[in-house]
Amino acid sequence: MAGGNDLKLLGMWASPFVVRVKLALSLKGLSYEYVEEDFSTKSELLLRSNPVHKKVPVLIHHGKPICESSIILQYIDEAFAGTGPSLLPADPYERAIARFWAAYIDDKMLAAWTQATKGKTEEERAEGMKQTLATVATLEGAFRDCSKGKPFFGGDSVGYLDVFLGGLLGWVRAYEKLGVKTFDPEKTPLLVAWAERFWSLEAVEPVMPDVSKLVEFGKMLLARAAAAAAGEGN
Amino acid sequence: MADGKEGDLKLLGMHVSPFAHRVSMALGVKGVRYEYIEEDLFHKSELLLSSNPVHKKVPVLIHDGRPICESLAIVEYVDEVWSGDGRPAILPADPYERAIARFWASYIDDKFFPAWLGIMRATTEEARGEKVKETQDAVQNLEKAFSEIAGGKGFFGGDTVGYLDLALGCFLPWFGAMRMMFGLEVIEAATAPLLAGWAERFGETAVAKEVLPEPEKAVAYAKKLQAYRASLNK
Repeated sequence: MAGGNDLKLLGMWASPFVVRVKLALSLKGLSYEYVEEDFSTKSELLLRSNPVHKKVPVLIHHGKPICESSIILQYIDEAFAGTGPSLLPADPYERAIARFWAAYIDDKMLAAWTQATKGKTEEERAEGMKQTLATVATLEGAFRDCSKGKPFFGGDSVGYLDVFLGGLLGWVRAYEKLGVKTFDPEKTPLLVAWAERFWSLEAVEPVMPDVSKLVEFGKMLLARAAAAAAGEGN
Repeated sequence: MADGKEGDLKLLGMHVSPFAHRVSMALGVKGVRYEYIEEDLFHKSELLLSSNPVHKKVPVLIHDGRPICESLAIVEYVDEVWSGDGRPAILPADPYERAIARFWASYIDDKFFPAWLGIMRATTEEARGEKVKETQDAVQNLEKAFSEIAGGKGFFGGDTVGYLDLALGCFLPWFGAMRMMFGLEVIEAATAPLLAGWAERFGETAVAKEVLPEPEKAVAYAKKLQAYRASLNK
């Protein structure tokens, strides 16, 4: 329940962007009311709270909506600065680096991943996969630079980037079961080890989505995309 | 550096890059001196390639030898490093207002910018028409945002320029260029009166006058780009 924080999160169980916010709230130890949005019909509250994009996640604090996962994470860090650990680093340069890689994850890695899994043709999907692996290789380097030998992007403890990339891990595991390998132990060993480490954290494990449900959901989405493509005569 | 000393500060930019202008204007707001390096994007310097190996783009701010990339991340960095000491703030102080500012900056980059850029890049009348409509829809959203955020004052930042003024104002030379090249008004006084008023007002500020080039420069660059693309297609 919202309790003293007056926090409400509009989400959808399979959305990696929603998982990011749940992770941040869990790591900060903040209680909130969770509202599951239906995948196909959007509630009045969602449409009113995010009229521009009509998407989850939306965090509603004291009745005021905040949208976009990266913005919500920074808001949580700033509005609840005294509660639990900080997500973003204290140093301005390290913050800029964290923001840079967060933008990279969403603009480059996710875009490629979407093409790899939802591309209309075999060729498009193969190209998407190639791009995804290239971006993941770059992120392996980013992990090396940011962690400086420590267990997380945030150093000794979890930070903004861990949450940002961590939100995607449910789908990374689901896609692996569907035959698409995003993190390869031979090519990106640091990220593979980080992923295991991150998932097993006490504040993380309970928040992560059920991978077998994601697999079923993924199959449903792929079937839908294939039907749509066939319908378009592609 | 937390004490706000300038140290060694270099900005890699390009004379008609709106993203580089965001950074120049932010530094101007703070009254910070720096060395400006004009990049020839057709022949990128070693310094640019080594400072931004991931994207190879301007702007890059290099502070005491450490590069910061992505215009909005750089503006936040500048705001954090050169804070206090009577220097004006770029982002608002309140966490919710910061979230709103970040939301609209993200909208400007993800929705608005690709739409009007699409007008210039369209190769058919139909495609151009689509992008014009997208741009007009985005301008309507920004008009509404301005009325909500400015609260009756002159700028998104209130009485003085702030984050969103820089994020949107940087495009004024290119709006002028589109007027000259296509007879197209991106911000029409009839349909977006508040933004039209704001655009004029912003153009008159010291920081805009100091940094933003004449639209003719943008037109000349657009022609150079067109010629370059045409030569690639031969």
